[in-house]
Amino acid sequence: MKSGGAPRRLEGLAFVAPFLLLYGVVLIWPLLMGIGISFHRADLFGAREWIGLGNYATALADPVVHQAIGNTLLLALLIVPPLTALALLLALALNRATRGAAVFRGIFFSSSVLSVTIVTLIWRFILTPDAGLLAVAADALGREPLPFLSDQALVIPAIAITTIWWSLGFPIMLFLAGLQQVPADVYEAAALDRAGRWTTFRHITLPAIRRTLLLVVMLQTVGQLQLFGQAQLLTGGGPGGGSRTIVLAIFEVAFGRWELGYATALAEILFAMILVVTLLQYWLVTRREDAG
Amino acid sequence: MASLALKDVHKSYGDTLVLDRVSLEVAARELIAFLGPSGSGKSTLLRIIAGLETADGGEVWLEGRRIDALPPGDRGVAMVFQHYALYPHMTVRENMAFGLRNAGVPKPEIDARIAQAAHVLEIEAQLEKKPGQMSGGQRQRVAIGRAIVKQPKLFLLDEPLSNLDAALRTRTRVELAQLRQRVDAALIMVTHDQAEAMTLADRMVVLNERRIQQVGTPMDIYARPANAFVARFVGSPAMTLAPATVMPGNDRFARVRLAGGAEVMTRVPRNGLVDGAPVSLGLRPEHVSLAPAEAATLQAEVILVERLGDRTFVYACLADGLEMIAQDIGSSAVRVGDRVGLRIDGDAAHLFEADGTGRHADAAT
Ligand SMILES: Nc1ncnc2c1ncn2[C@@H]1O[C@H](COP(=O)(O)OP(=O)(O)OP(=O)(O)O)[C@@H](O)[C@H]1O
Ligand SMILES: [Mg+2]
Repeated sequence: MKSGGAPRRLEGLAFVAPFLLLYGVVLIWPLLMGIGISFHRADLFGAREWIGLGNYATALADPVVHQAIGNTLLLALLIVPPLTALALLLALALNRATRGAAVFRGIFFSSSVLSVTIVTLIWRFILTPDAGLLAVAADALGREPLPFLSDQALVIPAIAITTIWWSLGFPIMLFLAGLQQVPADVYEAAALDRAGRWTTFRHITLPAIRRTLLLVVMLQTVGQLQLFGQAQLLTGGGPGGGSRTIVLAIFEVAFGRWELGYATALAEILFAMILVVTLLQYWLVTRREDAG
Repeated sequence: MASLALKDVHKSYGDTLVLDRVSLEVAARELIAFLGPSGSGKSTLLRIIAGLETADGGEVWLEGRRIDALPPGDRGVAMVFQHYALYPHMTVRENMAFGLRNAGVPKPEIDARIAQAAHVLEIEAQLEKKPGQMSGGQRQRVAIGRAIVKQPKLFLLDEPLSNLDAALRTRTRVELAQLRQRVDAALIMVTHDQAEAMTLADRMVVLNERRIQQVGTPMDIYARPANAFVARFVGSPAMTLAPATVMPGNDRFARVRLAGGAEVMTRVPRNGLVDGAPVSLGLRPEHVSLAPAEAATLQAEVILVERLGDRTFVYACLADGLEMIAQDIGSSAVRVGDRVGLRIDGDAAHLFEADGTGRHADAAT
């Protein structure tokens, strides 16, 4: 066999080089620069002063940051599991070749096409206590309308529901693609093996879409830990910071208070959080795969 | 008592009728092969028996119990799928245990059955492997094993050997033949391959055009095909059907005249055949031989020579354009383009009436 080790590798490198370069310039370099800036007291106008871990120390003691981290984790927890479960259920229901299923697939995917601005407009319409859809419904039932967007206890669930509605389409598509990988005759074999609905799901479907499940959970976690638009546009982080997320806090620090150094430090903390959570998820799933 | 009985089963997909009033009885421990061209409804019939497809009408009985309304798992049948349909995430052992567990078979019993089946199929060493780590032949055995451990009353196999290479197919065929001695159940297999059907089956069911064309032992179907379709479909190379007319006469047996003028005396009883009626003269290659001009019935030109080693098939074209296949010895010297004489063995010839109905040489005499 002809072996062209080194030249072949160079050839391969030449093909990926343009992308690597772009990747380096717009992603890796800013990331490293960000880490550098986070060790400074810096503003948007170029003033820099080295303060070491000062920004990180401030963040650890900052009650606003604590609240934002709490809100963000709570939101992720309220969004990712129900969103995943709901998307899987809908995908299971829509995984058939009928015309009706195709129509519903389109409907569920359509919300994902909307921009966050439209989504928040729609949900503001539904949620506002004075004339919103829910308020009208509550009125008709003779109940007091709930102040979804101005009550500390209700605002997080309200944002979570908005986000679930908005984000449902893509995971459904991923699950449908995963489900279509399972050959029909395997289900037929299961039917002949007296497997009921639950047994079939548990022992045939679930193992087959395990990778897709992991992908959906990881993508959603990464996405929802960076939740920003809905909070900013629905509530502006209020009331009393009750819906301020980490990215919203970063935004306020950077573009409200012009404290670039502190903002990048917060961004690095978020980056680390995301890394830890997703790696943990990956490890949890793949570890069980190796064992079983 | 019949093991399986189908009564007037019919099925359509939308406007297309796929099975038209199919009835069949399968005896206990019998091995039946469904043979037919692609699209003739073999798989559909098998799946109706398994409960994976519902018939539009008709009844399915298994050992005295009507099963057509039962879910697949409750019918007492096991199926081996063409592409095996093993559960990819389970080990071989789990694959075999799955159905038994769902049926509530006690654990020690499950283990015993799996051990037994694994021993018979020689897959003991693979029990902890997953299907993805196995070869096609091994997966095939696992699929068979998964069916055996259920101890069904009826095995259904859809083209079980079609995914194996030629050598493995022959070996597995022998193993299937041995296997059926060990199991106390009837067995139905679908196949495209008539050699497979002829060697394995007690009886063959030839399907075409939505209907059962003929049911019979392999020899029966080969020697006395019920109609022109079966005659052409079973046997390789296919039987030649030469247009002919019945000659008037008072003999016990029919004499026919071929379109080219040659006359052939058959041993097909005359009665029932109308003088001058158009028929087809059916000739298997082994009943047409090469002969010197003076002993020949017909003259023809060789257009193709197929050498199989032990014998040679000679495809010859008659003056009127009809193609006829003759069989010659393995060392035959004929070549394409040669002019040869063909001798027809009228004693073995078949006649097919205009509607296709077959008539055969009188076996009694
Ligand atoms: N789900 C379906 N929807 C519509 N038509 C179908 C369906 N399944 C089978 N058919 C039709 O029914 C007829 C019989 O199909 P079937 O699969 O039983 O044939 P087969 O004899 O098994 O063929 P093959 O030898 O190619 O496997 C075919 O004409 C096929 O097109
Ligand atoms: Mg088929």
